[in-house]
Amino acid sequence: MSDNSTELLHEVADSEYKYGFVTDIESEKAPIGLNEDTVRFISAKKNEPDWLLKWRLKAYQHFVSLTDKEAMPDWAHLNIPEIDLQAISYYSAPKQNPEYESLDEVDPELLETFSKLGIPVQEQERLVGIAVDVVMDSVSVTTTFNAELDKNGIIFCSFGKAVQNHPELVKKYLGRVVPYTDNYFAALNSAVFSDGSFCYIPKGVRCPVELSTYFRINAAGTGQFERTLIVADDDSYVSYLEGCTAPQRDENQLHAAVVEIVAMESAEVKYSTIQNWYPGNADGVGGIFNFVTKRGICEGDRSKISWTQLETGSAITWKYPSCILKGDHSVGEFYSVAFTKGKQQADTGTKMIHIGKDTSSTIISKGISAGNSQNAYRGLVRVNRGAENARNFSQCDSMLLGDRCGAHTYPYLEISNPSAQVEHEATTSKVGEDQIFYCKARGISETDAIKLIVNGFCKEILAKLPMEFAVEARNLLAIELEGSVG
Amino acid sequence: MLEIKNLHVSIEEEQKEILRGLDLKVGPGEVHAIMGPNGSGKSTLASVLAGRDGYEVTEGSISFDGDDLLELEADERAREGLFLAFQYPVELPGVSMSNFLKQAVSSVREHRGLDALSAGDFLKLMKEKAALVHLDPALKARAVNEGFSGGEKKRNEIFQLAMLDPKLAILDETDSGLDIDALRIVADGVNTLRSSDRSFVVITHYQRLLDYIVPDVVHVLVDGKIVLSGDKSLALKLEEHGYDWIRDESALPAS
Ligand SMILES: Nc1ncnc2c1ncn2[C@@H]1O[C@H](COP(=O)(O)OP(=O)(O)OP(=O)(O)O)[C@@H](O)[C@H]1O
Ligand SMILES: [Mg+2]
Repeated sequence: MSDNSTELLHEVADSEYKYGFVTDIESEKAPIGLNEDTVRFISAKKNEPDWLLKWRLKAYQHFVSLTDKEAMPDWAHLNIPEIDLQAISYYSAPKQNPEYESLDEVDPELLETFSKLGIPVQEQERLVGIAVDVVMDSVSVTTTFNAELDKNGIIFCSFGKAVQNHPELVKKYLGRVVPYTDNYFAALNSAVFSDGSFCYIPKGVRCPVELSTYFRINAAGTGQFERTLIVADDDSYVSYLEGCTAPQRDENQLHAAVVEIVAMESAEVKYSTIQNWYPGNADGVGGIFNFVTKRGICEGDRSKISWTQLETGSAITWKYPSCILKGDHSVGEFYSVAFTKGKQQADTGTKMIHIGKDTSSTIISKGISAGNSQNAYRGLVRVNRGAENARNFSQCDSMLLGDRCGAHTYPYLEISNPSAQVEHEATTSKVGEDQIFYCKARGISETDAIKLIVNGFCKEILAKLPMEFAVEARNLLAIELEGSVG
Repeated sequence: MLEIKNLHVSIEEEQKEILRGLDLKVGPGEVHAIMGPNGSGKSTLASVLAGRDGYEVTEGSISFDGDDLLELEADERAREGLFLAFQYPVELPGVSMSNFLKQAVSSVREHRGLDALSAGDFLKLMKEKAALVHLDPALKARAVNEGFSGGEKKRNEIFQLAMLDPKLAILDETDSGLDIDALRIVADGVNTLRSSDRSFVVITHYQRLLDYIVPDVVHVLVDGKIVLSGDKSLALKLEEHGYDWIRDESALPAS
């Protein structure tokens, strides 16, 4: 690559995080540190029933029983600094904590935060078909479009509220897809999760609106442990959107969310994410550590779960949205764009576990690396012995911007049934000097050329996102690629 | 319009001199053809004119419409009105033709102080210019050059030429890979675009193209230099006798 393009790419790679600001809303924090009392404090704060406290305590016991070796994952292509779990406060709620009737009652500063993100809640509300359950720090602040949802018998509320109002549903499904024994971070989350979202779509209902949650980590030094549970009953459909950005700060923030999805017979769940947390400054200081466990089970026959994600933020991303294809003829999909720059590290991918007969899965992953970043795809396709006629198609494309970054692909196959048909394609390309020159020869600037080429590279994935999200995603990518952000 | 004086160009990495004292002067509205054996430096000249990285101009000057061309970046040259139809057009996967051209046209228009086109006017322009080279309308909806046939790629270059309305267009072997009908269509398109304020430099190996696009001057480029210039009859002579006789002739004074 020429000096010019290299320079530009470095500039792109070093461009600053645009969404760095801290909203000053007083929060009520748990005492710093992690022990059994922390778990009890959180549970008490949230008025939880006894069974849930017991479940949390069991998770905590399991967590502390894990040896160092079982603890932090060391197999990922990540360089993870030591995280002092005793230096974190595990609960923080905005002090004024009522549910609002209308947006007028919402703290103006909060609304301001959203408008800085370019996603004013007002506009969200007006955008037909979007209900927003805003998670500010860890407690739900506002929920809209409830009436429309109520009419269809759809439950969409904060996790805490679901525990109060629908304990039987929560009890039945909590930990069913991601048990607290699953991994270190899932155990931690199960012990200290603060809030999150709950969603239940009754039999035969097509959710008429996109369910959307904007997460935001706000209070300095608060780890965020979200818990999301989505249950789609027989013959139902829901599209769920999760998006997030975080304010700039200097200390690392730990984020260990758990998302569980259950799709019953012929149900379909589409889960879309834009992840744009603070990645740290150009020297790699600060930034979110994002250790997420996301998994769905296609419980019933002909059910379908589809994950689509655009990952641009966080200092470290460790995330593998997965599908357990248990029902016959069930379908799992994973579509991902991961963009890393500066000193970011991402190790992301999926697991497709084929159990039922005639199941199929599709994996398309696009990794774009710039600056000094490292971007790894890690995917497992497992076909169990009884999974007759399983099919998988995987495609992993990596694009390198510059020569100081890395792209890695780790596909794992475990095939125990000879009838399986598995296809894997992988490519790695550099944004070509030829391509940039071709654009420039048509009057297009180098920055715009890179934007065009990168957008073209991930177009098929962005097109999978719901419309409003797709626009936002393209803007976000453009901002990330912008040489100088002003 | 274009004046090249004593141009010496080497490949940056190889210290190899490709153009060795090239002179060329193209007036407004003129059409110049450049012919010459493989590897003589024709595409190198086109690349240097368009501003591709990787070439070092060690000596000489290029002025374009009064400006020092070598001072400008490739994208600035394009906006100033220099157009290169590539010998090997580049594929841009996932980038739609319309999106690509929208950006190109708007940056060129902005630079020239013209108003941005409305979406409707832009589509109309695309339609009109595509018709000029009989470009299949379906291609406009596809990614730039991706999966285009060789001939479609070449037509697409002339389509882009028409969209960007340059002052000087350099066609690098636009005729190679075209079937007989397409050759005539492309040549007709180019002829339609000829005007008193648009010049052309047409690089070709085949005299046939010059039957359709009749040049004002024909130059012969050998070993990085223009060794002979003449009117269109020169092309016929080359077709008949090849390049050896020129090589021999031009070798004479040197030895
Ligand atoms: N980037 C490069 N690196 C090394 N050599 C190069 C490079 N570009 C051009 N050359 C060499 O310079 C010489 C001229 O090449 P050029 O492509 O200009 O020839 P041409 O006249 O266009 O030939 P053709 O008729 O085959 O298209 C050739 O010997 C070629 O190998
Ligand atoms: Mg050539």
